[in-house]
Amino acid sequence: MALLLEQLLNGVQLGVTLFLLAAGLTLVFGIMGVINLAHGSLYMVGAYAAAVAASSTGSAVVALLAGLAAAAAVGMVVEYAVLRRLYARDHLDQVLATFGLILFFNEGMVLLFGRQPLFVNVPEALRGTVRVLPGVDYPIYRLAIIAVGLLVALGLYVLIQRTRVGMLVRAGATHREMVRALGVDVRLLYTLVFGLGAFLAGLAGVMTGPILSVQVGMGEQILILTFVVVVIGGIGSVRGALFGAVLVGLVDTVLRAYVPGLLRQVMEGSEADALGAGLASMGVYLLMALVLLVKPRGLFPAHA
Amino acid sequence: MIRDERAWVVALLVLAAFIPVLAPMLDSPATVGLATRIVIYAIAASSLNLILGHAGLVSFGHAAYFGLGGYAVGILYAHYSSGEPFLGLIPGSNSLLVTMPAAILVGGVGAAIIGALSLRTAGVQFIMITLAFAQMLFFLFVSLKAYGGDDGLAIRRVAPVLGLNLRDAATLFWICLGLLAAWLFLMDRIARSRFGRVLAGVRQGERRMAALGVRTYFYKLVAFVIAGMGAAMAGALMVNYLRFVSPDMMAWTKSGEMMIMVILGGLGTLLGPVIGAAALVTLEYSLSGMTEHWQFVLGPILLLVVLFARGGLMGVVRRLAGRRAPEAEPPQALPAGELTPSQALPETARHG
Repeated sequence: MALLLEQLLNGVQLGVTLFLLAAGLTLVFGIMGVINLAHGSLYMVGAYAAAVAASSTGSAVVALLAGLAAAAAVGMVVEYAVLRRLYARDHLDQVLATFGLILFFNEGMVLLFGRQPLFVNVPEALRGTVRVLPGVDYPIYRLAIIAVGLLVALGLYVLIQRTRVGMLVRAGATHREMVRALGVDVRLLYTLVFGLGAFLAGLAGVMTGPILSVQVGMGEQILILTFVVVVIGGIGSVRGALFGAVLVGLVDTVLRAYVPGLLRQVMEGSEADALGAGLASMGVYLLMALVLLVKPRGLFPAHA
Repeated sequence: MIRDERAWVVALLVLAAFIPVLAPMLDSPATVGLATRIVIYAIAASSLNLILGHAGLVSFGHAAYFGLGGYAVGILYAHYSSGEPFLGLIPGSNSLLVTMPAAILVGGVGAAIIGALSLRTAGVQFIMITLAFAQMLFFLFVSLKAYGGDDGLAIRRVAPVLGLNLRDAATLFWICLGLLAAWLFLMDRIARSRFGRVLAGVRQGERRMAALGVRTYFYKLVAFVIAGMGAAMAGALMVNYLRFVSPDMMAWTKSGEMMIMVILGGLGTLLGPVIGAAALVTLEYSLSGMTEHWQFVLGPILLLVVLFARGGLMGVVRRLAGRRAPEAEPPQALPAGELTPSQALPETARHG
């Protein structure tokens, strides 16, 4: 029981991290129609910037700010220099261009920081565990990630549903020409939305640093999962991204925790572990395939 | 232009046949291996082009069939060397005459199952669901310890086939080149047949084709299966060349690479995927010879090609030749309608 609760919390924590990435990806796709494979690179940039800032200053606040600023800045430069030329192109051109960006960023990080993974300490103030239920201790840091993720979700909801910028974003998604005709600088709006997406990806990267090691290629591992989230939730829907992310986080974590154990009852230890890990990894893709076969446009289609 | 393109293909294939003869004279025996890899990837890219370029189906999991073909060869070999039949029924083999058809069959069956399910969706969902199935297979093979898991399977030297010694690099190259020629011939026939016209119609406006009474699902599925078989054939050749198979063959980056070869060369053309495969493999090879950080250079090159060479390298060739290619399909003409979000919206959202 205690283990289950812990796994569920881990699942939610992975879920909100995925949500931060998926929100940016789904906004950029839903509004600009761009498939950005390099979204994971922004996550990596945020994580690296924070890791380097943390090790050189020792301050968690500086690390956070450095990670967010670096990811947002790189994101807006990428939008300005590359992606805005691709809005009118078909998705294949976007896939090819952003794949090129992935190679560039990954190897760039190798050039700057080498191939050795960087390790980041949990900030002083968030160390230790807290008793969430009698007999269940849970790391404060992971609870903080969950809290930040949920706050961001709330903030995005308010931003998109309740503010003027959000209104333009929603209108721009469906009636781009009309918004432009009303005198709105759509190009600037796009750059800002892309910057916001990059900022959120950077936040995910900064927060993940102390849990996983910061290394080249970390963006691609999570990018595919993020795409799964976006597609399950329904493209362009931030609400879908939240539900999809938590669902994927829970399924992935719970399968990883329990499948090898179940298999070990019917087969030998090491083989069960290997097969179990594989089956658990397949789980989220199976989930996505099932969702798409039942609801081809995802659970929360954006414009239904 | 189409006729020109076929002439070019034939000329290139004939020229390529001399590579194993010329390479030792030029004192660069490594060239034969490089050329073999190019030819194998050309088959894979050309098979992807059948669905991507002709039918506008963006499959992001094409490496799955490449890997299935490879593993068919690898697993049959593993059972051949251990002497135990596969599933207690099928005896292993290491003869190309057995493993190659087996690989093509496995690839076709895999593509039929995955395609039948995936083709129920369209657009971005189709991209993602094909990726999802490929990832499932990838993780399945990673977890199959019996077949090497993460580490993959080694295949020892391949036995001679029909008096041809596969251990000889030149012979293997010629076999691959012959299969590429046969495959391109098939692709050309398909593109110009009624079947190919239907695929082009599906790309340009599937609803219209459906309204004409064409069962588009069936046509798309058949194309998907043929493409899967081609990729599996390439995978089987690759395993024979590398004497090794691992889950990396079906990693999503491999699918991405195949897509890049097609787009880089030119979508929907006969020669494009071949040029794309040659360009990417050669670029990787020569850049990695220059610097350890070759991807830092390759990335921006791909970016520049996208931004400034619309229609891929075939588009550049045409522009340099000053021809507008009236007959050939415009390579970048993937229908906007297939994928753009505005089109993905239901009617009510667009007009309401």
